[in-house]
Amino acid sequence: MAFRARHLLGIEQLSPLEITTVLDLAERYVDLNRRTVKQSDVLAGMTQINLFFENSTRTQSSFELAGKRLGADVMNMSVANSSVKKGETLIDTAMTLNAMHPDLLVVRHGASGAVNLLAQKVDCAVLNAGDGRHEHPTQALLDALTIRRAKGRIQRLTIAICGDIAHSRVARSNLILLGKMENRLRLIAPPTLMPSGVEDFGCELFDDMREGLKGADVVMMLRLQKERMDGGFIPSEREYYHRYGLDAEKLAYAAPDAIVMHPGPMNRGVEIDGDLADDINRSVIQDQVEMGVAVRMACMDLLARNLRAERGRKIVGMMA
Amino acid sequence: MILHFHNARLIDPEGGTDAIGSLTVKGGVILARDEAAPKGAKLVDCGGKCLAPGIVDLGVKIGEPGERHRESFRSAGLAAAAGGVTTIIARPDTSPAIDTPEVLEFVTRRASEAPVRIRHMAALTKGREGREMTEISFLRDAGAIAFTDVFRVSTEVKAITRAMSYAKSLGALVVGHPQDPGLSAGASATSGKFASIKGIPAVSPMAERMGLERDLALVELTGVRYHADQITTSRSLPALARAKAAGLDVTAGVSIHHLTLNEFDVGDYRTFFKFTPPLRSEQDRLTMVAAVADGSIDIISSMHTPADEESKRLPFEEAAAGAVALESFLPAAMRLYHAGHIDLPALFRAMALNPANRLGLPQGRLAIGSPADLILFDPDAPFLMDRFKLRSKSKNTPFDGARMEGKVLATWVGGTQVFMAEE
Repeated sequence: MAFRARHLLGIEQLSPLEITTVLDLAERYVDLNRRTVKQSDVLAGMTQINLFFENSTRTQSSFELAGKRLGADVMNMSVANSSVKKGETLIDTAMTLNAMHPDLLVVRHGASGAVNLLAQKVDCAVLNAGDGRHEHPTQALLDALTIRRAKGRIQRLTIAICGDIAHSRVARSNLILLGKMENRLRLIAPPTLMPSGVEDFGCELFDDMREGLKGADVVMMLRLQKERMDGGFIPSEREYYHRYGLDAEKLAYAAPDAIVMHPGPMNRGVEIDGDLADDINRSVIQDQVEMGVAVRMACMDLLARNLRAERGRKIVGMMA
Repeated sequence: MILHFHNARLIDPEGGTDAIGSLTVKGGVILARDEAAPKGAKLVDCGGKCLAPGIVDLGVKIGEPGERHRESFRSAGLAAAAGGVTTIIARPDTSPAIDTPEVLEFVTRRASEAPVRIRHMAALTKGREGREMTEISFLRDAGAIAFTDVFRVSTEVKAITRAMSYAKSLGALVVGHPQDPGLSAGASATSGKFASIKGIPAVSPMAERMGLERDLALVELTGVRYHADQITTSRSLPALARAKAAGLDVTAGVSIHHLTLNEFDVGDYRTFFKFTPPLRSEQDRLTMVAAVADGSIDIISSMHTPADEESKRLPFEEAAAGAVALESFLPAAMRLYHAGHIDLPALFRAMALNPANRLGLPQGRLAIGSPADLILFDPDAPFLMDRFKLRSKSKNTPFDGARMEGKVLATWVGGTQVFMAEE
């Protein structure tokens, strides 16, 4: 099969063919999700646990809905009511959950690499829903699907990613995915929010937003975390908006048919102009949310197939 | 008893020679070199293998007091003997810190369990908190060989300046950790492409140079004898060279890990490769190897830091830093030799002679009259590192599963054999 991964830990481990496989399957789930009856049974009988060490409403509900539409039993565990606060380590939590025989484990954690570590200790398929500043693979896949539907392709596009790149796992996963699909990448950020060594990734760097947007087909805005706005990384919200907030004037430097993306939740008036975000002719932000459910359904479907095949091989092995 | 080592490849860091010869030992000291065996001497046929002064390892963490489950004097001593380390210079970053003569006397007593020599460094400031100086004079009388707050860098520069002036008046050696504490706060990797792609909080190598420049300025101000524990980036070298040229009493060390591993070895968040300071770029690693070879870096240390499984089985940025290294020190150093970067006498100059000289110890040489702390090793013997076979209580080695070359065959401390390899 074209998708061979056991876990979905990052885009780094996926081949371009695997990425295309996910996107193709997700297209079918987009259709399913637009029907009145949205039920499928591909995960029937399977248990999905959403383990969120960091609070999230959007990603968690997207995964929850994806699992439910595929017929899985979904349980949400958030850190607020888990024993992590009582001093249990990540590994202990993983072992405890593993003993409950889940089939799919969706994990978000504040430390880079934490999901990789957890995946080494459990028997089920693990989906990374964001680890520290490392990766957020389903976000990059849903962005890719959104771009492909809007632009008709996911290759040879000029894509500008703008904002807090240094602290963004969304930016990292997107950089890797869009790079693998052979696009021209531009990063736009003040130097304080640009990760070091990023010039080696094969992208162009800009601290002037207008320069960076020139001729771009896709403008991907990133969320600026509240805790970065206090003068530590940027002087103030208003100066940031003036230099790096996307508005109609700056967008005019991009290609005339450029689309505007944002992973949400948005800070209107900080990184993006409110009217622009709502402009259905330019903004695909609502499409991203819709594609999110479909892409997550596709990922879980593919991982579940691999899990079933693996277990089948084990049983055959035991009988032989 | 008289021991006569013959058919030995003598590695002499003082003379810079590597030649077949013999060595005679009597009463725990080296009696003669390249002379006939005296009557009644016990003959040791070295089989053409290398006989070198035992390693003097400046900066070993032992878990006593406070963390004996990680490493005891006995387990560290056994690991040292098997790794060719005959003198351990222990660190005071224990719990509690070694910051009073009473604690120092306690650990000195406990250290007699070990089969190798152990000398202790004491904290420069009380509790290693960087505020008030310790009883440097009492501690020296009780045997403290140097003073250091290990990896903690105080921002209270006045307090550090006073401690250094006081240490200077006593002729005490201060060991510093050159690192700007602000810039390096929260970092667990070196900034650059690797840290960025893995999303690990990172620090610029410039933080080391800033820390070094500060310390060197204080050395100039106070005149204290100073050793920088680990210089790991090329950016620091010009500052070091300037200080030495200006006649400051300054030396510098580097850990064996920073000479043999680079930032990419961390791979998929492998916490056994987390160090303080973090592993550097390959370019920096090669520059440091060259700096050891040309003598601008004086000392190689193991920076042995035992950590248990619990403190390592965590997300990378939360995991403990450091690795056990006493037993892998010599085989790791042989990588530099086999790569053609540095010859054996120069290696033992950095691992034995220079640290001994810096600390005023008579070890680290094959000179007549010096203590017979000797190791016999085969630089070419290959093996696969298995961390569960290590003698340390903690098994956190970055070389687990690695192909290594270089095995210690036997170790003598003061003429007494304390280790012999199996088979």
